[in-house]
Amino acid sequence: MSDPRDNVQQEFLAEAQELVEALSRDLLLLDEAHQRAERPDSSLINEIFRSVHTLKGIAGMFGYKHVGTIAHALEDLLEDLRLGRTDIGDPLLDVLFDSVERFQRLLALDDPQAPEEAPGVDAYVAAVRSIGTQPPVEEGDPLNQYAIGSAVLSVLTEYEEHRLRACIREGMQLYRLRATFELTAIDDSIEDLRDVVHDDAEIITYLPSLEGGNDESIELVVLLASRVPEAELKAHFEGRYGTVEAIEEQKHLPTVPPNLTSIPPGSQSLLPQPEDETGQASLRSVANSVRVDIRKLDDLMNVVGELSLVRSAVGRAVAGLDGDPKYRQSLRELDRLGRGFERQLSELRTRILDVRMVPLGQVFSKFGRIVRQAAREHDKQVRLVVTGANTEMDKLIVEELADPLMHLVRNAIDHGIESVETRMRLAKPAEGTLALNAYHKGRNVVIEVEDDGGGMNAHKLREKAVSRGLLTAEAGQELTRQDMLNLVFLPGLSTNAEVTDLSGRGVGMDVVKTNILRMGGVVSIASEQGIGTKITVTLPITLAIIRALIIKIGARLFALPISAVREAIPFAPQDVRTIQGRKVLTMRGETLPICDLAPLFGLRGAKQHASRFVIVCEMGNRELGFVVDELVGQEDVIIKALGPTLSSVLGFAGAADLGNQKLALVLDAPALFSEYFDGGGALPSVEARA
Amino acid sequence: MAFHTLIVDDSSAVRAFVRAALEDADFARVQEAETGFEALQLLASNAFDVVIVDVNMPDINGLELLAFMKKSPRQQGATKILISTRADGLDAKRGAKLGADAFLAKPFGVDDLRKLIRGLADRNGEVSG
Repeated sequence: MSDPRDNVQQEFLAEAQELVEALSRDLLLLDEAHQRAERPDSSLINEIFRSVHTLKGIAGMFGYKHVGTIAHALEDLLEDLRLGRTDIGDPLLDVLFDSVERFQRLLALDDPQAPEEAPGVDAYVAAVRSIGTQPPVEEGDPLNQYAIGSAVLSVLTEYEEHRLRACIREGMQLYRLRATFELTAIDDSIEDLRDVVHDDAEIITYLPSLEGGNDESIELVVLLASRVPEAELKAHFEGRYGTVEAIEEQKHLPTVPPNLTSIPPGSQSLLPQPEDETGQASLRSVANSVRVDIRKLDDLMNVVGELSLVRSAVGRAVAGLDGDPKYRQSLRELDRLGRGFERQLSELRTRILDVRMVPLGQVFSKFGRIVRQAAREHDKQVRLVVTGANTEMDKLIVEELADPLMHLVRNAIDHGIESVETRMRLAKPAEGTLALNAYHKGRNVVIEVEDDGGGMNAHKLREKAVSRGLLTAEAGQELTRQDMLNLVFLPGLSTNAEVTDLSGRGVGMDVVKTNILRMGGVVSIASEQGIGTKITVTLPITLAIIRALIIKIGARLFALPISAVREAIPFAPQDVRTIQGRKVLTMRGETLPICDLAPLFGLRGAKQHASRFVIVCEMGNRELGFVVDELVGQEDVIIKALGPTLSSVLGFAGAADLGNQKLALVLDAPALFSEYFDGGGALPSVEARA
Repeated sequence: MAFHTLIVDDSSAVRAFVRAALEDADFARVQEAETGFEALQLLASNAFDVVIVDVNMPDINGLELLAFMKKSPRQQGATKILISTRADGLDAKRGAKLGADAFLAKPFGVDDLRKLIRGLADRNGEVSG
């Protein structure tokens, strides 16, 4: 028998990852409530329990022994918490927060049973078990005082019973809401009911009954606890859903089941009755989302690309008929159809892109925990402020962003935000602020990591770069303050503990930059001493498809992502000047460094053009003009990777098929920028051709 | 004959596991429900050979579904299996009272599940797949 585990392993990993992410998010909410000394919402604790409980169950089935062991230990602890046997405290929160990272690491292991992990897991489990729980306080069971009925009690889970007791102890009244729901629309109706109930009551459970139900509808008995007086509750629900009935307190009686089956049948549905054309109940699989491997979307996108090529080929074939009067009518029709086809194709492309988009909140949500942890380690107070968590971008980019952003966040706390003591001395608020902001800007997404810490000392950065031999003293003198700050991205500037006295962020900043560049993005830095530092990351929304400016150098076509282009303007060779060995143009009084692409790519540029074009690109806080021979137009292109032999060639992000059997190399603007500004001027600048 | 089977569990990994375990070699034809509400929709219009329900689900739990199926004329022929991570026997006992034919503790393996279903089918005098 084949082991289906192999086939569904991906499903497991995806769900496990989601559960851990949900756990991480919910723990932050729990922690916030705890810090404010508020009593946490019982449903929040239940959610946390459920995540861990489900994780335990599936880890066992898929052979993730260590994950299962940890989840099991936590489940017991959380069960005590949700059943009110223990309270929230820092030790409990600490082990819970700790678990998130452990789960993530264990899920990433190639061997989920890895024996070398066992000691760490055992020690963690021991720590979890050492958190004491008080034995439950034995009192008379309040459930016995209510005529809930044995039929109902026999189907309640332990947690549901606990919630019933807790609600009774809090002085809430129990109610039965009896309502009939249309089966085909039950999800929406329940959602609706939940919204209405929300502030007034807690839903303990839903009990399906056979009374009043048939193939199309079903009666549910909803067990509610509420502080709202019966009359008010009735006014709210009756007529809209069904009947509300208070469950009486029966002081002297043992449980007398108000037999569920004794309710008169035939209660009428008060909900609108949707038409069912087939007269059959729906067999659809009722889940409303699917998980898709992103590679399948890449494949789909490729098919769209191929379709565009077919469309161009058809267009050419049709064009071959042009001029023949007997086809005039048909040609006009074909032309109209062709345009319609193109619109649909473009729609398809947009829709596929849309599926790839996820909110950045998915990665931001991880940072709350990291901030909490880092702040604790350094004994600092840090408040995390997030804006733009709903900003959407390509799933692949969001995933890749997690590490670089985490680096920036950690750096901001480790080296940026000062200790409470220092901040007090400087008359700053004791609590530092770390802001994560995301927003759309044109076809890019901008993410800022900003702190109100000590800022960076630009001169110290320069000294360091000179002493490390990364820069000559003379070259150092030429640097502007911004240039000095940019030194922080140099590899090897600061790779050890010395960074702290730079109040610096050298550690790994070169790696951050490289990773962002690889995604077609740029990083820039702004920092004021004593005030704070802002790192800005600008990235394209997606890498799957880009709007490109098609340009010509010599006889060859190239594509330049439009996200990087600010403007394209003609210039005459005599406008070019040389400053410090680099060619520049003066535009509107500003000096623009320029780079001629023809010699760079070993191409013969156009003949003695009276006028060529400079494409002004902007990345981060720098501008560079690329000199080209001709502007062809704008096009949406799908970037295909270059083969392994070519992938290491600097300056190209891939190739794009433009149809008409024309191919364009896609320029990698960030890499060209980096090479021009930081690569020691290896790129030749423009030759004035008189 | 492939068993017409319904798996009700809020974990997609568990549903995928059960589906893969049973659909291999046409052992069973599996439909999935993520919530008790989805299960109610499917139970209203299908007579299943086997229904597998998880105890711990939000809103409508597995015990409530068992109680419902016990009364539902359409599901009288169904073999009902309750699944739960609880190994202390409490869920098994409560399930049995509500008409469950068998209890399977999580985690379970492919063979556990198939053997159980085959055994139950034989007991009920059905042709096993």
